[in-house]
Amino acid sequence: MDNILEPIVKSFQEKFNATYEEFRGEVHIFVTAEQIIEALTLLRDKHEFELLSALTAVDYWPQQSPRFHVIYQLSSIAKNVTVQLRVPVNGDQPRVPTATRVYEVANWRERELLDMFGIEFEGHPDPRRILMPEDTEGHPLRKDFPLGYEEPQFTFNFEEIDLRKPYAKE
Amino acid sequence: MSQIEEVNYEQYKHLVSERAFTGETMLLNMGPQHPSTHGVLRLLLELDGETVVNCIPDIGFLHTGIEKNMEAKTYAKAEVMTDRLDYMNTVGNNLAYCMAVEKLVDLDVPPRAQAIRVILTEIQRIISHLVWIGTFGLDLNASSMFMYAFREREMLLDILELCSGQRMMTTFIRPGGIWRDVPVEFETAVRDFIKIFPKRIDEYEALLTKNPILLDRLVGIGKLDVATALQHGVTGPSLRASGLNWDLRKARPYMGYEQYDFNVPVRTEGDTYARYIVHVEELRESLKIVEQALNKLPMGPVRSDNRKFMTPPRSEIGVSMEALIHHFKLWTEGFPAPKGSVYSAVESPRGELGLYLEGDGGPKPYRVHLRTPSFDNLSVLSKIVKGTLVADLVAILASIDIVLGDIDR
Repeated sequence: MDNILEPIVKSFQEKFNATYEEFRGEVHIFVTAEQIIEALTLLRDKHEFELLSALTAVDYWPQQSPRFHVIYQLSSIAKNVTVQLRVPVNGDQPRVPTATRVYEVANWRERELLDMFGIEFEGHPDPRRILMPEDTEGHPLRKDFPLGYEEPQFTFNFEEIDLRKPYAKE
Repeated sequence: MSQIEEVNYEQYKHLVSERAFTGETMLLNMGPQHPSTHGVLRLLLELDGETVVNCIPDIGFLHTGIEKNMEAKTYAKAEVMTDRLDYMNTVGNNLAYCMAVEKLVDLDVPPRAQAIRVILTEIQRIISHLVWIGTFGLDLNASSMFMYAFREREMLLDILELCSGQRMMTTFIRPGGIWRDVPVEFETAVRDFIKIFPKRIDEYEALLTKNPILLDRLVGIGKLDVATALQHGVTGPSLRASGLNWDLRKARPYMGYEQYDFNVPVRTEGDTYARYIVHVEELRESLKIVEQALNKLPMGPVRSDNRKFMTPPRSEIGVSMEALIHHFKLWTEGFPAPKGSVYSAVESPRGELGLYLEGDGGPKPYRVHLRTPSFDNLSVLSKIVKGTLVADLVAILASIDIVLGDIDR
């Protein structure tokens, strides 16, 4: 492990009882949803991680607890290192406190996760869908959401399929 | 008869000021079909006369589900989706994707392939900046700039076509190397371009840089300071125009960027004019890299020799049983990637283009997330346009260099 990251990981182990894993030279630290805001604030203020590079999630359906991992990819410009925080979230009512007050970039990224995974961010200032239309049902990037194909219409079943086909409103 | 539906402004209640509901200020849609929104971006503006009180960007009109689609394809096939992402930086997107795959499966890239990758991504950066500078001029009513920029862009697209057979969606860079070696005409074509281009940049600068109308419209408009930029995840030329020297090509060199001598243009003003200057300077720097890489271009193979991931050459298939098996397995099933996740980032013309790639042991990616720079760069817009005029909004929007395909994915 990077000798800049080592003390950070150690302090996380002591403070948050966090576990970590390494893969291809990247460090992933696991923290819980309750600790994430404190952890992000600590990284930003004490360890100079100024940039929240990416905020995303992974769905491990059909596994239910944890079903999602919310991923915070942080970069430090001063020290030129990156670290990843992962927050496991359960499948029923996935909720994570919002990071908008720590990094404002989280605003849109969290809206994207709400839209794509249905993960709620408590205290988010603007919880609307961002990419999909407002009346979309379901969350497209969940693994139980079908990829979606259009039903081919033939002469014999044209009308039948036409009836349930979604069209834009007249 | 079609009915015009009233927009439900209730959902924007927390985003606009109270004056919008008393009728004191006006809510106005700019886009999604407005020419200066560069694609299909809708901006809901709250206007007090001509002053912007609030600006609410509405995105998603170009959402094509690229991340979801990539999960259903093998690692090799998923690459074509990345071309369609940011259509101004197709080669750079391929590079970001291939680097992530190579990191995930631990695959090497031969030096010649690395150098060709650098040349092509820098050419693509020049293409992207040329389109930027052209449309920037167009938005500010310097329409001739567009013609000049597209003249040079055409030369570069011809070079891409020479290598890959495609002008834009090249998919030339593949995991483990590049598709095939560049043709013999490649070097002369690039050298011709290197010869004429510095003069052409001088032409652009003669047109724009000291143009008094342009200066009036750009200097001091849309100021962005470093702290706000970092809070909003702004990277790339917009961040460098604010005064922070942060370029992934220098900070975390990849593909042998450390061998090339180039500067990272930085300005401290953070206004629209600074962003313009940074873009023009980057044209010159990219050209420097292309020239150096071409001079140093090593000989050798352009694809990795690792047969677990790379298909064997045609000549071996007729004589080697293993080659035939590998060929068959790789084209039908694809290669498996280990369980685990990587995040790899490159410097795209717009900023940090990151790829989160997770494998589950199978031949298809389990999750791909594209950290696209335009998405975060646009999120700062509503902050910096407050209190400016609508005409300035156009200039600011043009200067932060967004591509809607990059935002909506």
